[in-house]
Amino acid sequence: MTEQVLSPASPPSPVPGAPPVMRRRRTWRRFRRRPMAMAGLVLVTGFLLLALVGPFVTADPTSQDYAATLSPPSPGHPLGTDDLGRDVLARIATGARTSLQAGLVSTLLAMVVGIPIGLVAGFYRRWLDPIVMRLVDVVLAFPFLIFAVGLAAILGPSLRNVIIALSVAQLPGVIRITRGEVLAIREMDYIPAAVADGATDPYILFRYILPGAAGALIVQATVAIPTAIIGEATLSFLGLGVQPPTPSWGVMLTSAQQFLSQAPWLAIWPGVMIALSALGFNLLGDGLRDVLDPKEGPR
Amino acid sequence: MGWFILRRAGAAIIVLFLGSALVFFGIRALPGDPATVLAGQEASQEAIEAIRHDYGLDRPLPVQYVDYLGRTLQGDLGRSTQDKLPVADIIIERLPITIELSLLAIAVAIAIGVLTGIVAAVRRGRFADYMATGFGLVGLSVPHFWLGLLAILLFSVTLRWLPASGYVPFTQDPVGNLERMLLPALVLGTGFAAVLMRQTRSAMLGALSADYVRTARSKGLAERRVVGLHALRNSLTTVVTVLGLQVGVLISGAVVTEQIFVIPGFGKLTVDAVATRNYPVIQAVVLVTVVAYVLVNLCVDILYAVLNPRVRLSGVAGD
Amino acid sequence: MSLLEMTDVSVGFATEDGLVRAVKGMSLSLAHAEILALCGESGCGKTVTAMSIPRLLPAETTRLSGSITLDGRDLTALSEAEMRDVRGKDVSVVFQEPMTSLNPSFTVGFQIGEVLRRHEDLSRAAARARAVDLLKLVGIPDPASRIKEYPHQLSGGMRQRVMIAIAVACSPRVLIADEPTTALDVTIQAGVLNIFRDLRDRLGTAIILITHDLGVVADIADRAIVMYAGRAVEAAPVEELYARPRHPYTVGLLNALPTAATAAGRRRLAEIPGMVPPPFTDPDACAFAPRCPRAEADCTAARPPLESHGASHLAACLHPVAAVRTGATP
Repeated sequence: MTEQVLSPASPPSPVPGAPPVMRRRRTWRRFRRRPMAMAGLVLVTGFLLLALVGPFVTADPTSQDYAATLSPPSPGHPLGTDDLGRDVLARIATGARTSLQAGLVSTLLAMVVGIPIGLVAGFYRRWLDPIVMRLVDVVLAFPFLIFAVGLAAILGPSLRNVIIALSVAQLPGVIRITRGEVLAIREMDYIPAAVADGATDPYILFRYILPGAAGALIVQATVAIPTAIIGEATLSFLGLGVQPPTPSWGVMLTSAQQFLSQAPWLAIWPGVMIALSALGFNLLGDGLRDVLDPKEGPR
Repeated sequence: MGWFILRRAGAAIIVLFLGSALVFFGIRALPGDPATVLAGQEASQEAIEAIRHDYGLDRPLPVQYVDYLGRTLQGDLGRSTQDKLPVADIIIERLPITIELSLLAIAVAIAIGVLTGIVAAVRRGRFADYMATGFGLVGLSVPHFWLGLLAILLFSVTLRWLPASGYVPFTQDPVGNLERMLLPALVLGTGFAAVLMRQTRSAMLGALSADYVRTARSKGLAERRVVGLHALRNSLTTVVTVLGLQVGVLISGAVVTEQIFVIPGFGKLTVDAVATRNYPVIQAVVLVTVVAYVLVNLCVDILYAVLNPRVRLSGVAGD
Repeated sequence: MSLLEMTDVSVGFATEDGLVRAVKGMSLSLAHAEILALCGESGCGKTVTAMSIPRLLPAETTRLSGSITLDGRDLTALSEAEMRDVRGKDVSVVFQEPMTSLNPSFTVGFQIGEVLRRHEDLSRAAARARAVDLLKLVGIPDPASRIKEYPHQLSGGMRQRVMIAIAVACSPRVLIADEPTTALDVTIQAGVLNIFRDLRDRLGTAIILITHDLGVVADIADRAIVMYAGRAVEAAPVEELYARPRHPYTVGLLNALPTAATAAGRRRLAEIPGMVPPPFTDPDACAFAPRCPRAEADCTAARPPLESHGASHLAACLHPVAAVRTGATP
């Protein structure tokens, strides 16, 4: 609870003034001094570029070349071809898009649903909180994969259902963190002051409490994305997620499994990509935690 | 302590109740007639009627739910649509395999994760800490199933040290069983170890800067005792709690690991059931998982109470 | 010859922003069965000075110079293993925070017995019996059942007594007590001070009492050293110090005292205007000069040395207070 929380102590100005900008600049300066965090930023940027630009510059990921199946890396196919003669590099680039969608959309969805629930639960502690927390316990009792299994069984496997399963899996975390922050911020002096000024509950929640919780939530989102990326790959690998021929790193590894001895490169690159993008977000998350959320970081 | 455990048990029962309701109504929420779904795709009209009658699907939903709870409590989980065997029997056959895998993985995770976490905290900011923290980050970022593929590629395909897949019951061939379980347990345990390592490190850092550790040093105790007894004892509560919360991750990991190494456990059963749309099995599998999660966490609560004198003696939760 | 001799000790801490010099050229001596008070505002270096004796400062960042001898043995030259034999046996410590200084996971009896088993090779049963005796010594009623309890079952005053029991378990030559009464209410304070007095009388333990509370000093100490910005500015027997304080800083501390008695627990030094100088700088001047009502030009020209101002009375001031102090002596 440092400067970001204390700033609304002064009467709120309708236009955010200079202080937040300076704060952002200082945060960036502290962030930049951490080599691991910067490495994470580089990896994440690379991943975003690959997903956004990659598919435009690589070959067609679905065009099959039966003359060149399972061919090792060559100038024409820098990462080789798969069992249907499709260019692995192109499929990696398109697969990045699937990963990005799964990671970002599921996290966004979990935030949009979870933050209001957490805010309200923490704010109306007496009567709403116990109910919400018990429901969170129920959701937690469904391991992510098992929930996804149920969902795939009921609605059929698809990227959309993967995203739903991923965001439900993230919900307990988002709700708990938001609630925890609300409970801490409620104790700050400026909340009773705002109440005395006649501020309404929604106004207090969104004007005072939510900005205070932003740091912790940004960190939470950053560490949730890699979990979602891995989750999508895992479900797709098991056949419960993205369906072929849509390229997904998980699907690519499913087919690679059958050709492990003939074409080991097929099993290498998709995995490396999953690991690197997840590592990038994890590094970024640890770095952000250090600069944004001091109580959680290393002392 | 009794009061604390009782309250936790009460909460566990509520979760179980709501969880079972979710499973029950989840399947009922399927588009179309649940009897058709439960009977399987190629079922005859008579079979569907039999299912409808069997499950009492012609009665009101709440009645059906109570009925379902009653059956479940008696151990009747329905019959598999594939081989018409009682689902309960199938699960009892598969579950021990997964439990063995999970226990081995937890052993690997504790051996690697807790140890490196302690070392990282003690050697904070030094080489060992960077290595351990790096291992933790990589462990978090590498998916289980890819690690499994790499392990097979290296140890089975290239080096030919260990069998790539398959399963032999422990009672039949203990050596063969462990030989085949070693790689899966390592793969499943490594990812789990990364989580444990990070939590242990942060709990130990907190404990090592506590006043009571300074007191322990002022007594002239050896550093080994200060770290291994005074700091570790207080970090263990955190580690145990994390272990409980991560059971879900472990179950999910077991499903994937069994798939890769072709181990006929509970996880393989789950994936196969989805592939064949075997709804009675899916419904049971989800329910059993929820029960397992709740039971393990109840055990964790008890362990937490045993480790924490505050809770043990007064029934007040630590924080 | 004195029991403990500290000569020209300086302690610095390596930080990201450079070396923080907490203690600069401190010297002190402590006689057998003497109670010496180290006083001053928080941050003046009194705790660091004392903790440098059993080397309980963070090893990686601490830079220590000078010599510290106990019975003629140089403690700074000891290996870590040798130092561990000293800690808890020859030199022991009562820490400031009774609420957090005991390990919440172990019984009181275990934590007292631990130090006995470490240094005196006692069996578990013998250590337990001694722990009961020690709890009786520090005035805890029903000790035989108390040793089975955990810290959270005890009040703050009781925990502080347990801390003292741990510290005195092996009859130390030197006991360091860091603000032992600050966290306690007034009635319990008196009891704790009585325990110290009793220890000194019965075991001949020499005590270094770290405090910012001059009331406590007057109550129990034989001699006091007043510290400011990492240096001793005045040292004298307690009666002498109260009757004839020479350093303006000591006068300021004494003047702040009556309010302290009424508002226990609040910062007592509000009456001395200004701030303690930052620990990175060490100009060749009197560190107190910027806050001193008696400061003149020469105060900032060179650092005043500790000079004799009467029998065993030292003060580092170029313009010492001469007058006999008026007003009530506590």
